[in-house]
Amino acid sequence: MNQAILLSSNADNIDFMIHGIFSLHVFGQEVWITTSHACILIIMALMVVFAIVANRKIKKAKEVPDGFQNVIELIVEMLDGMVESTMGKWAPRFVNYISTIFIFILMSNISGLLGLRPPTADYGTTLALALITFCMIRFNKAKHQSAKDIWVGMCSPLPPWLPLWTPINIISEIAVPISLSLRLFANVLSGTVIMALVYGLLRIIAIGWPAVLHVYFDLFSGAIQTYVFCMLTMTYVTQACDTDE
Amino acid sequence: MDISGQDLIRACSAIGAGLAVIAGIGPGIGQGIAAGHGASAVGRNPGARGQIMSTMLLGQAVAETTGLYGLVVALLLLFVHPLG
Repeated sequence: MNQAILLSSNADNIDFMIHGIFSLHVFGQEVWITTSHACILIIMALMVVFAIVANRKIKKAKEVPDGFQNVIELIVEMLDGMVESTMGKWAPRFVNYISTIFIFILMSNISGLLGLRPPTADYGTTLALALITFCMIRFNKAKHQSAKDIWVGMCSPLPPWLPLWTPINIISEIAVPISLSLRLFANVLSGTVIMALVYGLLRIIAIGWPAVLHVYFDLFSGAIQTYVFCMLTMTYVTQACDTDE
Repeated sequence: MDISGQDLIRACSAIGAGLAVIAGIGPGIGQGIAAGHGASAVGRNPGARGQIMSTMLLGQAVAETTGLYGLVVALLLLFVHPLG
């Protein structure tokens, strides 16, 4: 087997890179529409169709739920319970957003099963999600805490008149979106890379049994990372909302 | 056989990538400790199995992050060639 195969990123049988589909020229810049965009659009279309069908069904809801209504109620109750148990009294305000990103990230992670390249294995997607979380933390902090409290929190281990520790605290605040996005990105990317190596290097031997790896890397790891992302988002936002520590 | 500067950089990048994934040791030990304590907690209180399980998995997933940073660095060195 060719040993230089792992070193060349354009080896034709190992393929886990993002591909451009077509490019647009916007204000003199070349903007590529990639496989990540296509995959996100597919997932969005699925979510929109599911939402419309669920809406139709729930409008004619029966007293004793049947078939599809059972599924909808199961999903909504599970997500409600998850948000409620972490955020407490702030749950009603954020349950819509958290549920949406939960379903979106979960479907992105398991889209590797359908032969798509998971959009969460593109740093652009996860950074965007983490930046939304960062903006929510900052906004809620500014809304629920006074400027004095924020300043005291910024100088945290030292008294507020001695802001020596402030740069460290600012760095740790900026590290939040970076670590959130890199965690999700690296987990999904590692699964994608390992699956690409298995299929690319073993070729004929890789029949049937990689399904076990798919169950671990796509389903298990994807679900765990989805849960972790939503859990950390909820924890950070709840911390920002709670004024009395 | 001539070794150009480009080849040397590629070779050293590969060695660096191998060194970077040594970062996997830390999360391995940490996850093992978490799993061991989870097992002993289930042994002491089998009723709380589900809750212990989810807490353990959450902690392990967070602890995994540092190892994955090493993986990201290795992949960057191998496939993006940041050094040329």
